[in-house]
Amino acid sequence: MRHDGVDRIVAEMVHSRLSRRELIARLTALGLSAGGIAAALSAAAPRPARAAAPGRRGGSGPLRLLYWQAPTIVNPHLSEGTKDYHASRVCLEPLLTVNAAGVFTPVLAAQVPSRANGGLSPDGRSVTYKLKPGVKWADGRPFSADDVVFTFKFITNKETGATTYGTYINVDKVEALDPNTVKVTFKAATPAWYVPFVGEQGQILPRHALDPYVGNNARNAPFNLKSFGTGPYKIESFRPGDQIVYSINEFYRDPAKPAFSQVTIKGGGDAASAARAVLETGEYDYAWNLQVEWPVLQHMAQGGKGVIFTERGSGVEQIYLNMTDPNKEVDGQRSSVKAPHPFLTDLKVRQAMSLAIDRETIATQLYGQEGDATANVLTTPANLASKNTKIVHDIAKANQLLDEAGYQRGPDGVRQKGGVKLQVTYVTSVNSLRQKEQEIVKAGWTQIGIAATLQSIDAGVFFSSSPGNNDTYAHFYRDAEMFTSTFTSPFPNQYMARFYSGDPAKDLSQKQNNWSGLDICRWVSKEFNQLFEQAQAELDPKKADALWIKMNDIVVNQGVSLPLIDRKFVSARASSLDVGQNMSPFDSETRNIADWGRRA
Amino acid sequence: MTAYIGRRLLSAIPTLILISMVVFGILALAPGDPLSQFAANPDIPPEVRENIRHQFGLDQPIPIRYVKWAAAFARGDWGYSFASRFSVSRLILQRLPTDFWVVGFAYLVAVLLAIPIGVLSAVKQYSVFDQVATTCAFIGFSLPTFFTGILFIIIFSVRLHWLPFIFNVQATNPAVILKQAVMPVAVLALFQSAGLMRFVRSSMLDNVGQDYVRTARAKGVSERRVIVRHVLRNGLIPVVTLLALGLPAVFTGAVITEQIFRVPGIGSLLIASIQNSDTPVVMAITFVYAILVVLFNLVADVIYGLLDPRIKYG
Repeated sequence: MRHDGVDRIVAEMVHSRLSRRELIARLTALGLSAGGIAAALSAAAPRPARAAAPGRRGGSGPLRLLYWQAPTIVNPHLSEGTKDYHASRVCLEPLLTVNAAGVFTPVLAAQVPSRANGGLSPDGRSVTYKLKPGVKWADGRPFSADDVVFTFKFITNKETGATTYGTYINVDKVEALDPNTVKVTFKAATPAWYVPFVGEQGQILPRHALDPYVGNNARNAPFNLKSFGTGPYKIESFRPGDQIVYSINEFYRDPAKPAFSQVTIKGGGDAASAARAVLETGEYDYAWNLQVEWPVLQHMAQGGKGVIFTERGSGVEQIYLNMTDPNKEVDGQRSSVKAPHPFLTDLKVRQAMSLAIDRETIATQLYGQEGDATANVLTTPANLASKNTKIVHDIAKANQLLDEAGYQRGPDGVRQKGGVKLQVTYVTSVNSLRQKEQEIVKAGWTQIGIAATLQSIDAGVFFSSSPGNNDTYAHFYRDAEMFTSTFTSPFPNQYMARFYSGDPAKDLSQKQNNWSGLDICRWVSKEFNQLFEQAQAELDPKKADALWIKMNDIVVNQGVSLPLIDRKFVSARASSLDVGQNMSPFDSETRNIADWGRRA
Repeated sequence: MTAYIGRRLLSAIPTLILISMVVFGILALAPGDPLSQFAANPDIPPEVRENIRHQFGLDQPIPIRYVKWAAAFARGDWGYSFASRFSVSRLILQRLPTDFWVVGFAYLVAVLLAIPIGVLSAVKQYSVFDQVATTCAFIGFSLPTFFTGILFIIIFSVRLHWLPFIFNVQATNPAVILKQAVMPVAVLALFQSAGLMRFVRSSMLDNVGQDYVRTARAKGVSERRVIVRHVLRNGLIPVVTLLALGLPAVFTGAVITEQIFRVPGIGSLLIASIQNSDTPVVMAITFVYAILVVLFNLVADVIYGLLDPRIKYG
């Protein structure tokens, strides 16, 4: 919403004829709201001050990062969460990195493998990487294909208990054809050659540091507390749960980089005060993952010390609907596959529930620039986002569907049929933004005669995996639950496995498999299963994309999961800090820290 | 007296064992587990999850886990954190100096503030000074630390830019070390001195009305000597015991203040470990706290017996 007046005023500020304060005053006089002013300012910001001139190594002084969830372990393959990946990614590197659009860039590999350069085998069973020559570890020893082979051995040894195990489950063997060539062979033909050794789950470990620690002994390795790699920095000191200090890796392959002489990652506290430290007091240069309500963040950014920036692909916040009855106990468990849900198994009810949700309000009022309303369950990378679905908010149509399905309103306004009332328990984790989302959804459902009871469970309990705890998202002992499922790879296999039921005993979440099955809705669709199995081996990229899009459409049209918001990564950086295109759903935000610098 | 101390120490042992059993039981039965970070990320197959649980010893029944923990603890092996694989004793020792510097120093400041103000308040009862001090005490006591902490941050860091509000343990510049300690120490000292000041005041008032004070004044002793040499010494006895009881809290740190200012003390370690279901760390911290409480209770009683000749322990 920009008119000429706004453009002119912003241009004057950019050319330094107006101070920021005068600019805000003038824009307010023009009648712009705080949101409009922030939008005008942020659009003006990227006009390039000159990017940092290629500097000398260590010339830019110290860099301070603030992660409100503190890293606790710096071996990425034993780590407990994203923050640990980011911390280790400062030192360790994978073979390739990939951005939100699915474009690959070589890191330790010399080039991205393809059919043309012979890296990808035509039968889809193997990929061969040529490694960059002359790369050294931070202790001076040479990097070679043996380290890649070792990393595979470390991760896939079941006793190691590597948390990145699932990424390598399809790999049959990894061989070093020569010191600079690695061949990865898969168990079956697969289009997903880019899943192992790519991004933050593919960080290569040094064999000479960890060889004695494969298996049971892995957690005792001194490497876990003072890791080093081929990356631009090595760990100087590590206080778990508090702070990591990195110093320059003298053997890093680019002699002019990195620009910062020292990096500190401090952790702890909460997201709002982290944002404050960058945007209002300027004590820190970078704050990660600011899950703060948008109006609050915007207000802080007006100080001008820092910039909020976002990137797509953080995950989709969605409401999963239970196909089984959580109120009936069969064989010692509730939500049993033997007890279908009294009304959520009715397609019209699910579709009506989706139509009644005001996604746009949730997006604009609660998420702001932190997320967009979406009608798709699968949104990232962009080539997989279906164009066949639409965001619809239609109370009249929803009411009509429920009337057609035979649910009549009772005296209390709640619909019922045959003694079954449309009453749902709707649960999510404790989080003020999520509680507000619940209220908006509940208001919509009340308008169509569905009564919702809102519940919230502490995140540490809701997301835990212990079989004895009835409140986990996997037990799903409620009618509807809401959380964000995240994208970990451009190959959406694990993400869409949430709806796959090819082997019901293993895939449907139930007591028999300790609720480890991924299909928490206990939804069975032969059509979906067929497409899923096809996509495992479809090598033609266009056909593969079409398959995933079709699977998404089935899930959305069937209303098994009601997608709400396509969330974005939100971070803040000091205005003088240049981080390039550092964000990616499939790699850590510190992935290009060698290239960071101060703007002139 | 030694017999008394010996008896108290002996009876402390079953108390401590019971405490450790209760805490361990609660932690083991509580929902939540160390693997909750992975839940929304479907990448960890069940076999790997089982392996990790096995490595942590979580797949064994609770009584066996307790016995193993107790035996190791008695040997001095406090176990390893689930989250970071640091040895628990090393984690705690790493954070103890910070705790003493911030929380211990705040305690000292609180005492140094509360005693003079409390004494003056009692001596000049109902004067303007007393009214002001009492009001400030009520305010300081009623305002929770998370409120005063954020208020200080907004005033001194965001608006005035005088002080940094994120604590950096590895700072080397002495000016920075001092500046970053000011706010957390002030927040804590304010809160603690408020309650202490009222207690000192009431204890002093108890003594000021006694007969021996009247006798001393009648003897012609200067008012100052009366207060300092006679009333204060008697009035401080209960205060000293209160201080001794409050000392163990320095060990667990001030949880809220540490979160707000990101001070890496034992309080924030405790909270993070509880949230991550990191049992070894929580057990170690709570058990050491229990030991200190029991010990300092004994110390308080002994000091009381030493200072007040009317008390005899048989």
